[in-house]
Amino acid sequence: MVQKEEYHKLLKTARTIRHSIIDTTMKAGGAHVGGGMSALDMMVTLYFKFMNIDPANPDNPDRDRFILSKGHSAIGYIPVLAERGFFDKELLNDFNKFKSPFGMHPDGNKIAGCDASTGSLGHGMPMGVGMAMGARIQKKDFYTYVIVGDGELNEGSNWEAAMAAAHHKVDNILVFVDRNMHMIDGPVEEVMSVEPLTDKWKAFGWEVLVIDGHNLNEIAQAIETAHKTKGKPVVVIAKTVKGKGVDFMEDQTKWHYGAIDSALGDQAHASIDKMYSDLGI
Amino acid sequence: MSKEVTGTTWNVYDANKLTQAEIYGQTLCDLGDVYPEIVALTADLAKSTKIGLFQEKFPERFVNVGIAEQNLFGMAAGMAKTGLIPVVSTMAAFASMRAAEQVRTDICYQNLNVKIIATHGGVAFASAGTTHHATEDVAIMRSFANMTVIVPADGIETANAVKAAMKVDGPVYIRIGRGFEPTFYKDEDYGFEIGKAVEVREGTDITVICMGITVLQAAEAADFLKKNDDLSVRVINIHTVKPIDKEAIMKAVTETRRILTVEEHTVIGGLGTAVADVIAESGKGCAFTKVGLQDEFAEIGYPEDLYSHYKMDADGIIEKVREIMGKDFEEDDNWDDEV
Repeated sequence: MVQKEEYHKLLKTARTIRHSIIDTTMKAGGAHVGGGMSALDMMVTLYFKFMNIDPANPDNPDRDRFILSKGHSAIGYIPVLAERGFFDKELLNDFNKFKSPFGMHPDGNKIAGCDASTGSLGHGMPMGVGMAMGARIQKKDFYTYVIVGDGELNEGSNWEAAMAAAHHKVDNILVFVDRNMHMIDGPVEEVMSVEPLTDKWKAFGWEVLVIDGHNLNEIAQAIETAHKTKGKPVVVIAKTVKGKGVDFMEDQTKWHYGAIDSALGDQAHASIDKMYSDLGI
Repeated sequence: MSKEVTGTTWNVYDANKLTQAEIYGQTLCDLGDVYPEIVALTADLAKSTKIGLFQEKFPERFVNVGIAEQNLFGMAAGMAKTGLIPVVSTMAAFASMRAAEQVRTDICYQNLNVKIIATHGGVAFASAGTTHHATEDVAIMRSFANMTVIVPADGIETANAVKAAMKVDGPVYIRIGRGFEPTFYKDEDYGFEIGKAVEVREGTDITVICMGITVLQAAEAADFLKKNDDLSVRVINIHTVKPIDKEAIMKAVTETRRILTVEEHTVIGGLGTAVADVIAESGKGCAFTKVGLQDEFAEIGYPEDLYSHYKMDADGIIEKVREIMGKDFEEDDNWDDEV
């Protein structure tokens, strides 16, 4: 549960980062804005409330780990790391440009605070289960968080990892499914259905929670529940909206990837401000 | 990564009794005492790969992921990210092809400290057929940046390679056979060093460059040819295919002017290609022949039948050397004077 003051602070952080995503997308010449916005509130809650991390010591071996398995949402993730203080926000101006550490997909060897290079889908879950088991083998108590896309669950490697995590009773991992309902070619349920999603994870031996992936309280409660769950891994199916916060992008398959000119940028900024103003921020 | 192995006697392996894989399994157990960071992973092949010996000794540092090679290598990457040194064993065909992207993207791109011990390399699992042959693995693995590729000649060299791999701060691919291959080396003290080829037979007429099981075959061929054909055949065991020992190759080109590569692998992208790259970039000319699979999948049979059929055994190498030496190769330029 998040107290009111902290809740407002997290909302303000999310608002700042949503604006940063729009600015960065404009400078980058295009980005996977839709999925960046849908996964954002989970990343904000993790990085600004729960994760044991220190931007001054990003490689601390005892830190909590985070893997953005849907690496194309880097446009949402990298501004989170910047806002959290891992590096100078000015660096975002070079997103996608020659020799920038930031491209469409995050490179863990180049970005302070980024625990894994991702982009090819279906890789984050196996790596995350490896990290969680690595903690257990070394008797460390850090936690591993992974965000996978709903379309990404088409990749079979996720289910190999799901099977292994349950079999080995890995209970220091939390996987969020960013259930924004869209993939490149259209709605997930039309292109390649992943339903019944809850039943699938349950059948694989996971504890399943279903939440509103934009409600910071529900996200926080899910994380707290996961921390208390022993003997099995936890997955949170987070119902989200692709392009959340930008009215003309919301729930639109075409905003999987797109460019924003200054007129659209103004519209996007105004839309974000309106959403937060409606929330009393 | 600069720990010295102490308290371990490396010359304990009775090569006449232990197979290549068994020696690897025993070596890993010994290393497990020295390196508490080592964890062993496999995908339902603990018995076949002999990694099960490590499981018996260090059960809490062993993970079997079931028949799921993508997850096997992804998990290894995650474990390496937490400071462990995962040693991953599965068949070479699955390590190099089923999990190629995990090896390339999760392990090599992130330059992680994962050691891959790929068993049943080449046509070692001969009668299992093409699904279980790994005849492209060296080409695939050597194309990945950051990857070191080693193909030991036998069990003794496998022990040396596994030990040396622990001192490499990055991914290493060690390709071994099924375990029933005859041994070439008598002991481990011949100066194994990653990236440094070993001249196992001196010679001045022609050089046979080989890796893995073909080292023993080439040495036997050289001995036979010396006795019966009065030919001086140099044999180089180039156990590290990447980074390759350019100096040893160019020395052979300069001094023998005829090069024959022999590999239990396709001739496309493997040892022969790696050697050809070095020679071509040097600008020097020489007679050059590659023995291996010639853009084909291998037949079914016992390993000896396949080695014989594809000219990878001593008889085949003798035949190839005679063929090359019978050709008119005029040294009609003077480039060697300019070296």
